[in-house]
Amino acid sequence: MQAKPNKEGHATLKQTALGSTGFVSEQPRQNYHVSPQVLWAKLLSLFLLAALCIGLYMTIGVTDWGFALPRRGIKVVAMLLVCFSIAYSTVIFQTVTNNRILTPSIIGFDSVYLLIQTLIIFLFGSMTLIQMSKQTQFVMNVGCMVLFAVLLYSWLFKREGRNLYFLILIGMIFGTFFGSLTTFMQMVMDPNEFTVLQDRMFSSINNVSSDLINISAVLVILTTLYSLRFFKFLDPISLGRDQAINLGIDHSRVVNRCMVVIAIFVSVSTALVGPITFFGLLAANLSYEFMRTYRHSFLVPAATLISIIAIAGGQLLVERVFTFSTSISVIVNFVGGLYFLFLLLKGAKA
Amino acid sequence: MIEVRNLTKKYGSKAVVDNVSLKIAKGGITSFIGPNGAGKSTLLGMISRLIPRDAGEIYIDGQEISKVKSKDLAKKISVLKQENHINVRLTVRELVSFGRFPYSQGRLNDEDWKFVDEAIDYMDLREFEHRFLDQLSGGQRQRAFVAMVICQNTDYILLDEPLNNLDMKHSVQIMHVLRRMVNELGKTIILVVHDINFASCHSDSIVALKDGKLIRHGSVSQIIETSALREIYDMDIPIEVINGNRIGVYFS
Repeated sequence: MQAKPNKEGHATLKQTALGSTGFVSEQPRQNYHVSPQVLWAKLLSLFLLAALCIGLYMTIGVTDWGFALPRRGIKVVAMLLVCFSIAYSTVIFQTVTNNRILTPSIIGFDSVYLLIQTLIIFLFGSMTLIQMSKQTQFVMNVGCMVLFAVLLYSWLFKREGRNLYFLILIGMIFGTFFGSLTTFMQMVMDPNEFTVLQDRMFSSINNVSSDLINISAVLVILTTLYSLRFFKFLDPISLGRDQAINLGIDHSRVVNRCMVVIAIFVSVSTALVGPITFFGLLAANLSYEFMRTYRHSFLVPAATLISIIAIAGGQLLVERVFTFSTSISVIVNFVGGLYFLFLLLKGAKA
Repeated sequence: MIEVRNLTKKYGSKAVVDNVSLKIAKGGITSFIGPNGAGKSTLLGMISRLIPRDAGEIYIDGQEISKVKSKDLAKKISVLKQENHINVRLTVRELVSFGRFPYSQGRLNDEDWKFVDEAIDYMDLREFEHRFLDQLSGGQRQRAFVAMVICQNTDYILLDEPLNNLDMKHSVQIMHVLRRMVNELGKTIILVVHDINFASCHSDSIVALKDGKLIRHGSVSQIIETSALREIYDMDIPIEVINGNRIGVYFS
């Protein structure tokens, strides 16, 4: 019964602190609720399904391979970038804000991107912009976005007594406010400049801005590499700020860095295919439901693969079944919006 | 030893902790008592670096805590708040394993899992270890969190109202566990308690706060005493000695 502290100051105990007689069985104990093997199997099945969707999307109905493959290839690369950006940024965002209902786009991150783009053309005129390459402009936009988003949202989330419903409200108001501001500037803008802007703003999956793919890919890879440095902190951060600090994490520094990463990913996805408000919500929550784990090393890949399945599969439907009579963002926002309401109502009951 | 010098925290113009200086010796249980709003939890929060301070210094084993890396501090001092709402669904074992994060940075080796096993067994949670936290009763959940703190294996353990929402049986159970941790594992435990009789029966020393100021710090017999309690709570509390414990009769 007497404990002998060893070097580590940790004692070997023969009896439990509450005085029960202890335990007999010494078979190996399962450490996680869902074992890593099961998680890997789930990831593998998602991967196969995603590969199948992409394979079908690339090959169905092709008559002229030389013509179709590069075109569809570009769309697929854009899809992969967008899916990863949205899934990763949403999961990180939900972890650092400790909620599973808000996403960067629900609280207006992507309208900030559109606002910045409009603001730049509004202030400096399209002539300066035309002389600049699209890529330089994009990087400039991303820079502004990071600055703005970090300032605004770190202020918003660092206030004491943050309440989820208050944040939804503020986020919705910000989103609408930035949206109206954008529309307003477009109204009073010189029509010629508006045409330039329109060309940059209204991208969708059917109309990917292909000039930006290379630079986006570079940006996504660099940002991901950067984020790996604090990836391991995400699991404890999901326990909440106090527990994270208790476990020795520099919480506010990690959260700020996450906000930078989120701002970059949102910029990339918005620049490539425009805003899809409820997509991140859907992808992140489906991955929590499907994986049933808290470990980000499994959640992030799962969310990415689920979004690829949704987008590639959905795009397949839109192109082959609905023959372009509807767009995928309409479907995604319809399903995602319903799911958002469901989560809100469920959250309100608990 | 934990040493606090001239610690102050203000919300607006009101100082909730006002120029508090205090030394807490290594080993033993120290209770913070005082009326609502006295600044007990804020003081505990600042010592555990959860709440930023406005002025003053905090030394743990001679080192100012702002000069120590948070990661290293997490191996010296751990803290448990009174409300531990977790958004993520975790089993008891998964929660307890987080206590190893300062050592393993998320990659637990066999030795880390051994600590987890022992912490779970120490808190008698083995039969619940695969249950989700939201499937446990309040007392069991509190034990799970204490097991996580044990797993973190720090010299100093700070607990903010660990008896909150627990019934008498579970409160006593938790206090006995803390006593054993002090005696067997050589821990230093500091906790905020509301009930002076729990503080009286289980503490080695008591710190009394009122209106953000430290007004008494001493042994149980120095604090659980009618004139001292009058100063702390503005209330006349007769003290009876029952089985060697000093009990304040404050119910009528």
